[in-house]
Amino acid sequence: MNSTGKIVAINGPVIRASGMRSFAMREMVQAGRLLLLGEIIRLDGDDALVQVFEDTTGLRTGEPVTGTGGPLSMSLGPGLMGSIFDGIGRPLGKLLEREGPFVTRGVSIPQLDPDAMWDVTPLGKVGDVVTPGAPLALVKETSLVEHRILTPCDIEGEILSILPPGLHKASSVVARVRDGHGRERSIPMIRKWPVRTPRPIAERLLPDEPLLTGQRIIDGLFPISKGGVAAIPGGFGTGKTVTQHQLAKWSDAQIVVYIGCGERGNEMTQVLEEFPVLEDPRSGKPLMERTVLIANTSNMPVAAREASIYTGITIAEYYRDMGYDVALMADSTSRWAEALREISGRLEEIPAEEGFPAYLPTRIAEFYERAGKVTTLGGTRGSISIIGAVSPPGGDFTEPVTRHTKRFIRCFWALDQQLARSRHFPAISWIDSYSEYGDEVKSWYASHVDPAWATLREKARTLLAEDDKIQQIIRLVGEDVLPDDQRLIALTASFLKNGYLQQGAFGPDSYCPPKKGIAILNLLIAFHQKAEDLLSQGCPLSLLKGIDELVELTHLREIPAERLERFEELKHDLFERMESINRERIVSRREV
Amino acid sequence: MSATEYIGVRKITGPFVLLDGIQGAGYDEIVLVSTPDGEARKGRVVLVDEKATLVQVFTGTEGLVPETTSVRFLGRELEMALAPSMLGRTFSGLGEPRDGYGPVLGGVRRPVRGAPINPMAREYPRNFISTGISSLDVLLTLIRGQKLPIFSGNGLPHNALAVQIATQSKLLGAENFVVVFAGIGIKNDDAAYFQSHLASEGRGGNLVLFLNLADDPVIERIATPRLALTTAEYLAFDLGMHVLVILTDMTSYCEALRELSVARGEVPSRKGYPAYLYSDLASLYERAGALRNSKGSVTQIPILSMPNDDITHPVPDLTGFITEGQIVLSRDLEARGIYPPVDVLPSLSRLMKDGIGKGSTREDHANLAGQLFASYSRVQEVRALAGVVGTDELSRADKASLAFGDSFERLFVNQGMEENREIGHSLDLGWKLLSMLPVQELSRLSMEEIEKYIKKRA
Ligand SMILES: Nc1ncnc2c1ncn2[C@@H]1O[C@H](COP(=O)(O)OP(=O)(O)OP(=O)(O)O)[C@@H](O)[C@H]1O
Ligand SMILES: [Mg+2]
Repeated sequence: MNSTGKIVAINGPVIRASGMRSFAMREMVQAGRLLLLGEIIRLDGDDALVQVFEDTTGLRTGEPVTGTGGPLSMSLGPGLMGSIFDGIGRPLGKLLEREGPFVTRGVSIPQLDPDAMWDVTPLGKVGDVVTPGAPLALVKETSLVEHRILTPCDIEGEILSILPPGLHKASSVVARVRDGHGRERSIPMIRKWPVRTPRPIAERLLPDEPLLTGQRIIDGLFPISKGGVAAIPGGFGTGKTVTQHQLAKWSDAQIVVYIGCGERGNEMTQVLEEFPVLEDPRSGKPLMERTVLIANTSNMPVAAREASIYTGITIAEYYRDMGYDVALMADSTSRWAEALREISGRLEEIPAEEGFPAYLPTRIAEFYERAGKVTTLGGTRGSISIIGAVSPPGGDFTEPVTRHTKRFIRCFWALDQQLARSRHFPAISWIDSYSEYGDEVKSWYASHVDPAWATLREKARTLLAEDDKIQQIIRLVGEDVLPDDQRLIALTASFLKNGYLQQGAFGPDSYCPPKKGIAILNLLIAFHQKAEDLLSQGCPLSLLKGIDELVELTHLREIPAERLERFEELKHDLFERMESINRERIVSRREV
Repeated sequence: MSATEYIGVRKITGPFVLLDGIQGAGYDEIVLVSTPDGEARKGRVVLVDEKATLVQVFTGTEGLVPETTSVRFLGRELEMALAPSMLGRTFSGLGEPRDGYGPVLGGVRRPVRGAPINPMAREYPRNFISTGISSLDVLLTLIRGQKLPIFSGNGLPHNALAVQIATQSKLLGAENFVVVFAGIGIKNDDAAYFQSHLASEGRGGNLVLFLNLADDPVIERIATPRLALTTAEYLAFDLGMHVLVILTDMTSYCEALRELSVARGEVPSRKGYPAYLYSDLASLYERAGALRNSKGSVTQIPILSMPNDDITHPVPDLTGFITEGQIVLSRDLEARGIYPPVDVLPSLSRLMKDGIGKGSTREDHANLAGQLFASYSRVQEVRALAGVVGTDELSRADKASLAFGDSFERLFVNQGMEENREIGHSLDLGWKLLSMLPVQELSRLSMEEIEKYIKKRA
């Protein structure tokens, strides 16, 4: 069955082989005596072009290319959670055990351990009729994740046998089913899925529930939905990775798939060291128990970088199909696009913009389209939210990857170089960012957090936009010439920026519950309205600025979430001070 | 197929020799290209197909005659011999002895390509390196196993700074501390400067140099940093040493890569650099760090000159996307006589957060640093405003900001080339400067810290 061709040309990660007539497009192959894994990307008569997922150094012409009979696939089953895989799904833990600290080539290791023992609880019995997506068994995968073995999308019929409760090997068959054609089909615990093919769903739903992130600027101003798509573009060192890590830690997704795509090895190591000891703020369980990592570091082969995105999203879809809310982070999609560009260049395809192939926008669209809130084949609800980092050269957002990404996402968290330099973090620009989910999640916020959420959000955004204009004037002529109402806007905006939007990732403020975020916003907006009122009565801003308590408005985040009543007390005291200053002013004027 | 020899080549262009298609030629395989009088040059196979085999000759093709040139295929990729006796030695950019002594004997042979480190094998770097330089220790803390480049420009004192870091670094177990230096297309004088300063500190036996000077073959530069990093990995992970690697000038390296790419007729990306510049640089910079099961570490300080002082130029830009921060030098500070002229705002140490605080430096370190950055960034705005409306028109807070900015540059950033400041001293200096500002301006500190470090001081 396995056919064999012969290598005739080698150009970096792309090789050409002849004698390839019986091979299929996108078939996985093993190349050369080193058995390097590759994938057929073009068939032309007797010849095939193969992109090789491993370093091709030392590969020789004349060596064989052997087919594997199937496309690039990921094994799906218990054992994914808490693990780390490379771009083509090889388990890095097992690789370390077998090969030592440096990643070697041509190693074949099962993606999931077939000998691992799992505690299985069957959900059906002999004679039951199951349809695609129907759960057959539960497997306790981690303390946070109950793994559901589902009836595959192409099988429907009557259960002939099913595993009894108890410990079983991962390589076991969970159930046998007689399908509509009378054929007996076995459903193993681990199944492979071709990563470039989206897994089917029943129906798409409106993403009307927010993915809570614990990051004030996101939850308060630029929310993302469960099933939503967001991009974080920014030059180097502006905070893409830290933001992605923050969402991986604190968002209320049930499953997190984190793809390190062409980035630093240490950043993956950091997750591997931190997540097992960090607690999920909701369940109190270690975060690693709900996390899967895909690592193609910047010095790993580019073809595997291209594949890593698909490996990750396939795992995300698998858990979505079980009815989970999955959040997928891809850091950085630019490196993936550059991998496409590099392969395309080696194929001598005609480039479109800046060397990128003409199909770049299509590929970006296909990726983000695999997100969404859905009804699964089994009839439950699940979602995949995608948060993609974008690394524009020179921090210039007009380059092709940022530009095309913008067409397919609905939430844009633009990182600002200037903010990052002044260490205002997260450096998400309140001017250039946007979210199209604001309206969709409004009623959820109204009923779950605070009825005033939408109004406060609007007020804050207006103030910040007006402040932006005022700051331009201040930079030209100074603050003194401005009228009091404008100076008040600048003052409130500075409280908003320093006391609300600013949120350090590495201290006690790293996670902010939505209720506390709203409490801060509420107090700042209330202050503004009160001050406006006093200004209209003729009270000069300079008097109000002298109030000592104002300093506290930039330190509201230091109030612990358990002490929300403190906000009301503060507001009460502050308003009292403001009014008494105004009264004293009126009295002293009468006396004059 | 090993050690097959072919006499006569089809074509010689630029740094390349083109042979007919050779069955069994290996990608990246090393060849010896020889002239009839026996002179042999190292080359590397960069493209093979049924019609042609393209070989890149490291030391150049000058003087080669197509009919008489012979090419011997060695059946292996570029490797080097590694042994403890390399300490104290000087090699060429291709690893040939440059100090008159013989080749490295004994030890092991390794490919210089370097395999990626499995992220599971890494140990996240957390150990603070005290450099004795306030701007670095307080604001841009260097961590053992970090890759932290210096972004510089012609005429700026990056060499002096690198030497000061290397000599003042207090790494635990100093006898285990070695420097591997790769000079890539640098001037003879620069090479001599490093050699004399690093060796004069009694580190002669703790220094390995790979030198490709400005007048040495350009293509050889592709190999130089790889030799240095292979040596560093050997010293760190086989012998358990803490290795500091200085690579300079990475811009020359990238130019060599561009020259090769253009000669091969590849589709160029930004400014003519090849599209794979990011991956290529990553294959060097990622070779830093620490391993869970090894005592040693590789810390990298690459130096690069920013063409036209432009930080968005592809070389600094792609470097910044790969390294764990950057130290940016400023021509303006240098002109005002400030050494080291570290422009702290665009500079960054990403690993700093985990290497500072209670137990390593001091508990007040993180917020102090955050506030110094924020306040100094405000200084820039106030200076711009003062330029428009004049200093007299400024508010009290703005005037305080200007005074803070001047002191920050003159007292904190500025220090002697041989001045080694203790971290506690540098932190205290930071607090002293912050107390020049009104407390409303200190939003990065907690109320508690303001009370403890600012109000109590007053
Ligand atoms: N929310 C935050 N709180 C505190 N510090 C932050 C925050 N976000 C970013 N930083 C700081 O900025 C640095 C750079 O952030 P990060 O590594 O996320 O940048 P990046 O955009 O991913 O850069 P690159 O494209 O080079 O990977 C961090 O090391 C940290 O010091
Ligand atoms: Mg990053």
